[in-house]
Amino acid sequence: MTKTTETGATPADPARRDALRTLAGAGAAAAALPLWARYTHAQSAAPIRVGFQMHATGIGAAYGRWYDRTTQAAARLINETGGINGRPLEIVTEDDGTDPRRGAEVVEKFANQHRVDVAYGTLFSHVVIGSAPRAGELKLPYFVVSEGHHVASGMLNRWTLQPGITDVKSQVLAMAPFVAETLGKKVTMIFPDYAFGHDHRDFFSEAMAAQGGEVIAKIAIPPTETSFTRYFPRIPRETDVIYHVMVGPAVLTFVKEMGEFFGPSRPAIFGFIDSLEAVDLRSPGLEFLEGTYFWEGMPRYVQPGQTDYDRAYRAAIGLDENGASLADPRDVSAYAHMFGCWETLHVIKRGMEAAGYAGPQDRQKLVEAVEVMTEMPESHEHPQGRKLFNGRTHQVFGQQHVSKLENGRLDVVRTVPLEETFYPDEVDYTAQPF
Amino acid sequence: MNARILALHGGLLALLLVLHFVLPVYHHGNLARIMVLACYAIGYNLLFGYTGLLSLGHAMFFAAGMYGMGMPFHHLGLGAELAFLAGIGTAGALALVVGLLALRTLGVAFMIVTLMFSQAFYLMILLAARWTRGDEGLVLAGADRVLFGLDLTDPDIRYLLALGLFALCLSAALWLVRRPFGRVLVAIRENPERAELLGYDIFRHKLAAVVVSGMFSGAAGAAYGLMFGYVGASFAEVHFSIFPLLWVLLGGAGTVIGPFFGVLFMFYLIDISSGLTPAYMLIAGVALVLLTLFAPQGLAGEVRRRWLRWLP
Amino acid sequence: MEFGPHLMLAALEGAVTAAVLALMAAGLSLVFGVMRVVNVAHGEFYMLGAVLAFVVAGMAGGGAPGFVAALVAVPLIVAALAVAADRAVLRRLSYDPERTIVATIGILYILQQLALMGYGPDARPVAPPFNHRIALPWIDWGAGGPVLTWPWGLSITSYKLFVIGAAATVLAGLWLLMTRTRIGLVMRATQLDRETAQTFGIPVGRVYALVFGLGAGLAALAGVLIVPIQQAHYLMGGDALLLSFIVVIIGGLGSLPGTLIAAVLIGLSDGIISVFFSPTLAKIIATLLVALVLVFRPQGLMGKPAR
Repeated sequence: MTKTTETGATPADPARRDALRTLAGAGAAAAALPLWARYTHAQSAAPIRVGFQMHATGIGAAYGRWYDRTTQAAARLINETGGINGRPLEIVTEDDGTDPRRGAEVVEKFANQHRVDVAYGTLFSHVVIGSAPRAGELKLPYFVVSEGHHVASGMLNRWTLQPGITDVKSQVLAMAPFVAETLGKKVTMIFPDYAFGHDHRDFFSEAMAAQGGEVIAKIAIPPTETSFTRYFPRIPRETDVIYHVMVGPAVLTFVKEMGEFFGPSRPAIFGFIDSLEAVDLRSPGLEFLEGTYFWEGMPRYVQPGQTDYDRAYRAAIGLDENGASLADPRDVSAYAHMFGCWETLHVIKRGMEAAGYAGPQDRQKLVEAVEVMTEMPESHEHPQGRKLFNGRTHQVFGQQHVSKLENGRLDVVRTVPLEETFYPDEVDYTAQPF
Repeated sequence: MNARILALHGGLLALLLVLHFVLPVYHHGNLARIMVLACYAIGYNLLFGYTGLLSLGHAMFFAAGMYGMGMPFHHLGLGAELAFLAGIGTAGALALVVGLLALRTLGVAFMIVTLMFSQAFYLMILLAARWTRGDEGLVLAGADRVLFGLDLTDPDIRYLLALGLFALCLSAALWLVRRPFGRVLVAIRENPERAELLGYDIFRHKLAAVVVSGMFSGAAGAAYGLMFGYVGASFAEVHFSIFPLLWVLLGGAGTVIGPFFGVLFMFYLIDISSGLTPAYMLIAGVALVLLTLFAPQGLAGEVRRRWLRWLP
Repeated sequence: MEFGPHLMLAALEGAVTAAVLALMAAGLSLVFGVMRVVNVAHGEFYMLGAVLAFVVAGMAGGGAPGFVAALVAVPLIVAALAVAADRAVLRRLSYDPERTIVATIGILYILQQLALMGYGPDARPVAPPFNHRIALPWIDWGAGGPVLTWPWGLSITSYKLFVIGAAATVLAGLWLLMTRTRIGLVMRATQLDRETAQTFGIPVGRVYALVFGLGAGLAALAGVLIVPIQQAHYLMGGDALLLSFIVVIIGGLGSLPGTLIAAVLIGLSDGIISVFFSPTLAKIIATLLVALVLVFRPQGLMGKPAR
């Protein structure tokens, strides 16, 4: 490293400071040693390091904050109950700015600088797709929590897995029967003009046709849009149901303007909670959504017959029965998605234990151990409910919920069992080489 | 040709070659990225630093190179060599069209026109989502990323190819700016009326500068996509047009070597400060303000002003 | 929806966009015209306006009083901040155009990060002081002559009308300030010729600070007005900056009426073009149209041809 100082004043400076920082890090690690002393095997007591690719800044920051809190809570719990293979779990967080370019750089930093054991935690699809090729080349297991269909569609690689959250295709398939039976046959879809929105459009149109329904209008909203009223006249008059799934900071505006547009006479409305994730449902302007329906991955508000698992999970993160922070009831969580972080970390733990994971040389064994997983019963590790993992497509399946917004809270009106969310495999990753 | 100029630029390339053997793996990978992005910055600097035209839309040329390479590569199975050339060609053609229109304007209007064209280009990528997969982008299969038999997924090959591209761009830029063509560009920047009176066709020179600059950017975009296996719309967004401006201003506008140091500085500024604190943008912001206060000509520009008056 | 009412709705929405845009662009145009610098952080002053409106309205107890408190206090706070930035940074750069771009990008990063740390990544709303849905009539030509109908969805809210009115009032005030007062005269003199103004004893440095503060205050005011319609979010400044930047150039540098006309044109065309094409295609067409206006009229709508 010292050789790099020859390049002149400023450019070499970062490298040197970097070296100093590494030293400082080593010092800090040494100081922390007594903490690890309680873990048994002296030679292998170094922590298991999980690189958490976090959307701390950029468009995904609202989700990223909650993904972080869930991750820290799960790691705390895992450490309190003995760690992984007797070793403590350490979360190494790097911000990717919700940007695919930085995402790929962060994956490299995880593999080559931080020397983590696995990378984990990415939500936004374009960051996943930008980062996955590098993870594959670096042979770094990459556990994403994205709900995108990219993993199961076969466009990624053997090193990329999604074992903790269901994908958009299975979610949409699960919702179509409810929409067709309960709300109406003629649907207008409003979605962002993103690949994520197109997945909703394509899968739902197909699923609706199978239910004897029809999508009569598809309104793709440009991603940079901040006002929406001008698009609502495109909604055909005969629409029975509006299906909306929006993301980003403008979603509240979207919902509010939709309310102002329809006034007292509106069709039935079904939305993905993505539109209002991490948003207080009692915010001004949302009164209009009273009586509409939402998809939820995990119910934000405590339901009758709450499981012990859900209770413990909320307590571990510090959430009240409305899915908001105990410290500030207006600080609402991304409850429908963030369980994916919790469950994924536990899958990593289970996979490492099954593979007898000792270090980076066992990364391939870890992927193989996860690939042979199938049944994941409802438990403290899987508070959202029972899961079934498909090792060939690297994708997990689970139950889905439809909730109705009443009196400012969401209550589950239908739970779709995981068996009704399957679709034929589109890829067999296990046939691909490592 | 001046010996010290050769020594300086050749020395940088030689140093980068030496670094290939000594750098730790993480910084080795970073430097490969930095060299490719430096090609983008060099291209931008030809237009901004030498010709005096401030474009806010260069991301479209970078993205045109990337998609011009990636689309036939992904959909038609075109080989990496031809796809790379297709990327440069696409960027050059786009630059020609944009240049013909945008060069009717000057100054701030030129900034806005290039910005608008670039924004339209970005939206077109989203509109053609059936083929481009919109914002998500495309993954280029690793097995096909082979250039003249060299496996682009191999970090050593990637570094050396990035170095080769960078060397090519650096020497091409050096050659260009020291030729009469480059002198005319500087003359246009300094005093367009006088350059016109001297009988130079200003429009054609500017157009040539736009096209060359666009092709450099396109080459960088195509190389970036091939090397790192991902083609995405975020490379066409506004902030990716502002980056080269920032890099060039930081490194030293109107110097051949400056853009490289601008990219290097900015990359490690973000990388290191993000390791120190989650509020790394604060550090980056303060650093930018301080730099403009105390090194107004950029890094290489400041070196030229103080010590090396001959720096091209 | 029928074609006519659809067009009317799109035009009304365009008018709201135009009102906010005009306020923000007027601030940018002032800075651009008088100081000859591009303030890349202008969008962040708009964002600060919205974010501080949330904070101030919350502290003042919310509701209508909270909103009024924000409307009064926030532009002043942001203006003071901008004056401080001018004194601490821009003046030391001697308002060099290129260095100012980098420095204001730096200020942009700083303000964004501070907003993220202090306010968080969520989009949060401020309740409007009043908000009634006003259904609008439409005249149909039936068999027996014109008939008044109330088409499905054709409406606006009272608050949106208020935004249009407030923006018009402020802009009229700004115009009076520039043309009828001594301080306006001083600003215009500085805009025309900095050196001459200085020799006539005009304190150019103080004028610059004032202009920079006034510009930022206008952006912040636009932010306060928009926040009951669109929520405050720490990244909202980016798109707003681009749009107002475009408006300033299209309008013609430093021309206040030109800026206003351009804001209305861009706001309306954005709305109206969206009636005819699919949304993303409409955005592309609107964007290219703006570019082509400049290509064929590089000095902007109200600007004088250069040289």
